[in-house]
Amino acid sequence: MNAIYAVMDALLPFEWLHYSFMKNALLAMLLITPLFGMLGTMAVDNKMAFFSDALGHSALTGIAIGVVLGWESQMAAMLLFGVIWAILITFVKHNSKMSADTIISVFSSTSIALGLVILSRGGAFARYSSLLVGDVLSVTQGDLLALLLALIVTGVIWALLFNPLMITSVNAPLAQSRGVRAKLTEYAFTVLVAVAVMISIRWVGVMLINSLLILPAAASRNVARSAASYLRLSVLISMVCGVAGLVLSYFLNTSAGAAVVLVAALVYFATLPLRRK
Amino acid sequence: MTQVHKHCPHPGARDEMAACRLCRIEVDKLSVAFGRQTLLKDVSLHIHCGELTALIGTNGAGKTTLLRALLGQVEHKGTIRHLTSDGRPAADLRTGYVPQQLEFDRSSPVTVMDFLAASLSRRAVYFGVSRKMREKVMTALTRTHCETLADRPLGALSGGELQRVLLALALTPQPDLLILDEPVSGVDQNGLESFYQTVDELKRKNHMAILLVSHDLGVVERYADRVVLMQGTVIKQGSPEVVFDSPEFEQVFFAKGGRA
Repeated sequence: MNAIYAVMDALLPFEWLHYSFMKNALLAMLLITPLFGMLGTMAVDNKMAFFSDALGHSALTGIAIGVVLGWESQMAAMLLFGVIWAILITFVKHNSKMSADTIISVFSSTSIALGLVILSRGGAFARYSSLLVGDVLSVTQGDLLALLLALIVTGVIWALLFNPLMITSVNAPLAQSRGVRAKLTEYAFTVLVAVAVMISIRWVGVMLINSLLILPAAASRNVARSAASYLRLSVLISMVCGVAGLVLSYFLNTSAGAAVVLVAALVYFATLPLRRK
Repeated sequence: MTQVHKHCPHPGARDEMAACRLCRIEVDKLSVAFGRQTLLKDVSLHIHCGELTALIGTNGAGKTTLLRALLGQVEHKGTIRHLTSDGRPAADLRTGYVPQQLEFDRSSPVTVMDFLAASLSRRAVYFGVSRKMREKVMTALTRTHCETLADRPLGALSGGELQRVLLALALTPQPDLLILDEPVSGVDQNGLESFYQTVDELKRKNHMAILLVSHDLGVVERYADRVVLMQGTVIKQGSPEVVFDSPEFEQVFFAKGGRA
């Protein structure tokens, strides 16, 4: 780790990078943003913006249930609950005649209300309010390792999942006729998004996590002309916005997550006129 | 394989490598239920290679459900058997499928090349499409005369162009059974004629079994070898003349007034 810090000092001799919490935050950004840039492409293509928003909210419920059960690790509670919640929403969506947005809304409000009721008992919510906006400056070396692991695992699964997801997003019966197990693919993807959201939510925040997933991919769509450029640009935009937002937040002394999302929004609007007609 | 060819009654088909592994598909007493609702009841029919079989009937007659049962996408009772010309089970039936006019997100940057490459190979297309795969896709597109569309975004194609691209995909690798579900609804007259001429050519050259669902009775009359009239089950089947002149046909399509 010290070697990495030394390299960063040599390559990026900036005043803002002098502090090790900023070095950690920068590394965290460089691990989180490609993860979301990648997953965002298919979240947008499969119209899952609302779904991932609901997942973000369910992080609160995960922690709350962890508290009730007396679990030590908030992360384990969030991950477990997030994955179960993602599978449950997808299952109900498949087996109900109600429209997807209604179902997701029902799940989303239920989970956030349940989380708030449990966590605010006895006026204790202040302890958890940092989760709403996130704090990337508090990333530790152990957290970085977890993020690195998540990025590697997701990258490998993504290489297998991208083609089936893309064909399924165009037409599910057609994908099935080509041997794609459409449902399995969808479940695998939702679980992947759930894990990515839960593992990053402490640094980005419940309120902004969804924007990080959707905005870079949406901006990339404005300019990309093929699937390859769509994914590559989405990852690139995500990473550039992550770093730019972090630096900006340092100088403006604001929340890093919010600054990152704001930069991504700017990129989205700046690229909007380039859309294919 | 060679043994099967020997028995094949259609000499023209021997030129084609993959043709004639299958000779006919026998559907026997097929029923599909969704919850308590019966969608299909006791459907029995044969689909032959080298013939275009058309499924006709009003909306809700169960045509698409039958297709999905043949594709193995819905649970069903009854049997679907794939047989070679000597009546033995045909090994691994390959099915090509062209879905109904797609509704998808047309603003996605996915190109025709991306879509076909993703369907034909496991290699994630964001790594780029290899030269070999590109050639394979171009060969497929050339078969349905749409090679010029390769680098266009899928969402920018017209209805007719999109159906040609999907037909190209359905034909790669060469299927034994080609299923066309309302393939050209909303396509202009020129596009429609040239689409069916391509399909007709495939039937003759490659001796494929083709199953078509269509509301366009004019097309069915011109291109179908056999017609199956459905209304929850099969109520009449035979040559287009036989079915079109039957009282069942009259009742389904013209019960509420004179001939249109």
